[in-house]
Parts: sequence; C-alpha cells; structure tokens
Amino acid sequence: MPERPGDIVLSCEGVVKRFGDQTVLRSVDLQVAEHQVVTLIGASGSGKSSLLRCINLLETVDDGVIRLDGEDITDPRIDADTVRRRIGVVFQAYNLFPHMSVLDNVTLAPRLVGKVAREQAEDRARTLLERVGLADKAQEYPDRLSGGQQQRVAIVRALANEPRLLLLDEVTSALDPELVGEVLSLVRELKEQGMTIVMATHEMSFARQAADRVVFLDAGVVLEEGPPEQVLADPVQPRTRQFLARILEAGRL
Amino acid sequence: MTVPAETFPVLPDDAGPSDLQRWRDDYRRRRTRRSTSLAGVSTAVFLVVFGVAIVRSPGWPRVRESFLDLEVAQDSLPAILDGLWLNLRVLMVSAVLIVIVGLGIAALRTLRGPLWFPVRALCAAYTDFFRGMPLIILLYLVGFGVPGLRLQGVPTSPVVLGTLALVLTYSAYVAEVFRAGIESVHPSQRAAARSLGLSYGQTMRRVVLPQAVRRVTPPLLNDFVALQKDVGLISVLGAYDAVRQAQIHADDTFNYTPYLVAGLLFVLLAIPTIRVADWYSLRAVRRQQAAGAL
Repeated sequence: MPERPGDIVLSCEGVVKRFGDQTVLRSVDLQVAEHQVVTLIGASGSGKSSLLRCINLLETVDDGVIRLDGEDITDPRIDADTVRRRIGVVFQAYNLFPHMSVLDNVTLAPRLVGKVAREQAEDRARTLLERVGLADKAQEYPDRLSGGQQQRVAIVRALANEPRLLLLDEVTSALDPELVGEVLSLVRELKEQGMTIVMATHEMSFARQAADRVVFLDAGVVLEEGPPEQVLADPVQPRTRQFLARILEAGRL
Repeated sequence: MTVPAETFPVLPDDAGPSDLQRWRDDYRRRRTRRSTSLAGVSTAVFLVVFGVAIVRSPGWPRVRESFLDLEVAQDSLPAILDGLWLNLRVLMVSAVLIVIVGLGIAALRTLRGPLWFPVRALCAAYTDFFRGMPLIILLYLVGFGVPGLRLQGVPTSPVVLGTLALVLTYSAYVAEVFRAGIESVHPSQRAAARSLGLSYGQTMRRVVLPQAVRRVTPPLLNDFVALQKDVGLISVLGAYDAVRQAQIHADDTFNYTPYLVAGLLFVLLAIPTIRVADWYSLRAVRRQQAAGAL
C-alpha cells in the first residue's frame, strides 16, 4: 500500500452490529486519514466502544464494510491476527498482564508475534518507556503503579507493535483528573509524531484542542461530524446540542 | 466465488441484509458445514483404523471371548445393577457428609486469632493426613481396624465403614477446595462488608461464602465425578456393590465380561454429572464475562 499523506487509513461504510435483538450500530460511516486524530463522542451506550471493538475484529460486524489501508478486513477469509497486528488498542481498564513486569508486558507481543529477539525488543521497550517517563519502572509489576502510569504502559504496549492505527477506548475514564493530564499529553505527543488515532472519549476539552475531527455518535449512527470548533461550539443537530449541554452542566467541557 | 460489490451507505433499518452480508453469512455457513463434515470423516477414519488394529491383533479372539461374552454380560447384569444401587446410596450419603465436613473444616481454618490456634492446627493436620493417606489403605485401616477394637456400639458393617473412609479422604480434599475459594474472594469484599457493620461470622456467611462456593462449584463437581467411581472401592471390605458382584460373577464363569459391564455402568453414571459440570462452568463464564469473538 502506498502511504502518501492524506491516504485513508481506516474507512467504515454502513457498519451494523447487533447483540441479540438489540442494534448497537445501525449504519456507521467513518473515514480516518493518515496522521489524523478522530475523537468519538457520545453518551454511554451510543456505540463508541462497540465500533472500536468491530474495527479491531474483537466483534464480527453484522453488515457493512471496514477497510484498513483499503483492504476489506470484514472479509471472512481474512486472517484476523495479521489485521490486529496492524492495529494497537488501549482499553479503559488498562488490561495489563498482572503476572508480568512492565518490560515483559511491553515486549511480549514483539517477541511472540513479531519474532524480534529479546534484547532488541527490550531495547526498544526501554526507549519507549523513557519517552513516557517510565524508564525506572521497567522491572515493576503493574499493580504497583498508579493508574496513570499503568495507562501509559498500556499505550506503550500498544505502540511496541508499531501499529498503523491506534484505537483508544476511553483511556482516561478510570483516572483522576491529575492523572488524566499525563495520559492526554502522551496522546498529543503521539499525534505530533504522526500517529493515526481513533479515540473514544468524554474529555471534550481534549477533543477540542487535539482532535482533527470530532464524531458524535448517537443511538448507533454518526449524527454529526466535523472539525472540533464546529461540532463542539456550533453543533447543527439538536441531539448534539443537548448532549453537550448536559456535559457542560456536569462541568466537563 | 465472486464477492458482490456493494456501495454503502445502505438502506433503512427495515431492509434486510445487504448482498455482501448475505454472501458473508453464506460463506461462513459453508465453512462451518465443511469443518463439520471434515470432523466426521476424520473421526470415522480414526475409528476404523483403531478398530482394525485391535481386531487384527493376534490375541483378539481370546480377548473377545473373555471380555465380550454377551451371555455372561446378560447373566451378570441384574446382580451388578443391584450392587450399583448400593454404590449410588453410598455416593449420595457420602457426598452430603463430605460437603458438610469439608466446608466446616475450611471455615475453621480461616478463623483468626491466637485463641483458635489449636483448632486451626488440628484442621491443618486433618487435611494433611487424609489427603496424603492412600484411600485403599485407609479403607483397610478403617474397615478392619475399627471393628477390631470390639467397642460397644461401633458399627461393623463394611458399607458404613467404607462410607466413613470415603468421607475422611474426600472431605480433606474438598476442605482445601473450599479454602482456596474463600481465599480467592478479594479482601475488598470483606472490607466492604465489615465497614457496613457486619460481624466476622455474618461477613463470612452472607458475603464471602456465597462467592467462594460459586467459584469452586466446577472443581467440586470434578471431585464428585471422582467420588462416583471411588465408591466402587468399598468392595475391598466385602460390601456387595457393583464391583464385588462383578467379581463374584467373573470368578464363577472364569470370564472378565462382568467387570466390563460394571465399568461401563460407572461411566454411564458419570456422564450426566460431567455434562452438568460443563454446563455450569460455561454458564458462569457467560454470565460474568462480556461477550466477544475471541
């Protein structure tokens, strides 16, 4: 795949996902170009997490197409593992492996999946950990770190595979405000380095400052999308306005 | 096999799946069908090869005669079934006693404080001793040693003594399973209950044990399956259970078929329990974890 700037990395067309008789994604369209940061906003249950899980093939879509670098990854003949190798995911609850040191958490996938030699993998992991200010925690176990530190390790773990696309699923929701800052500044740094990111979040101020585009999901469809200054400051849809007003009331804008 | 081209966005909600999705569903169905038939073929091939290897072995006619004699099987079946009924009764009584004793010991082992040290030590000694002691030796010790004391009122029936030996061994195992379950309940649960003002006992009974028991049910059912066949060991004390009946018939006819009959009956007895255990673990997993394609 040629990687010209402005290339579409991820595209979702008419994505449908049902759980039993409940339709969580009705028909979602989304395009993410290279080096873009797209934030998904919307109430709990609007389908943000489900969409991210579908993109990473953790869920099978019930209709529609998802393409990664133009390749249809919803084709049943595709090898899901090779697709997932190209996508990094960070979960809300970190999901670090508690029985491994920070260094082993980060090097596990490069060593097993990428067949990188241990020394090489560890060198690279240490470089990444240094970048997020956690070089001295390499030998610690996850449970001994603070939430913010754990989440930064989780991001480093996702980056160790050198993904084409990074999915962040409400990565700051479990953190207190002081720790939210350290994670968000790391995300901003990644954006400056040209990473392509799709991020579900409730941090509207972050969305306004760092996102190239904001996508408002409501009841399983993209109700409104555009640059943050438009969607967040001057939304067209009444539902968007209502949602933002509630967030404002809760003091989170 | 051409993939239908499709342009999205598509269609209102009430429209059916797109052509592409219909093709995908169809493809997945075909794959499932293919792997099912593949499984069928490989199973059949395996069975045939395995069967032929046995039937063509040099000693096969002799083995068939002494292990697979239908007439002997029919003759021995009623007596063996009779014996199996005894096994079943022993199983039910000992299972109930094992759970009570095991849970009691596990609870006693979790008691805190220096006052309870002798109780804790005694329980630890109990589980150490009876888990280490081979069941067959314990059966001999209890079955022949206890009546040998010739005390007034002490039972001498091999069935009762056999049950006692089973309870001693298995309650020690089950106590450890329960204890592992109790310890696996996160301390924050105790903290939450105690902070609401519940006493140690109330916390244990209402908060810790219900979670612990739920968690250890699959391993306990596994122990139950093991117990189901170990009840056959009471035959060494002379109880007329399924194994003993099979032995009597085998000795009468110089034919081993009755053992096979008894063995198969034990397997049949175990299958429902094994299925229940599988179903229960699966249900627990489904309930507590989110769905996913992994």
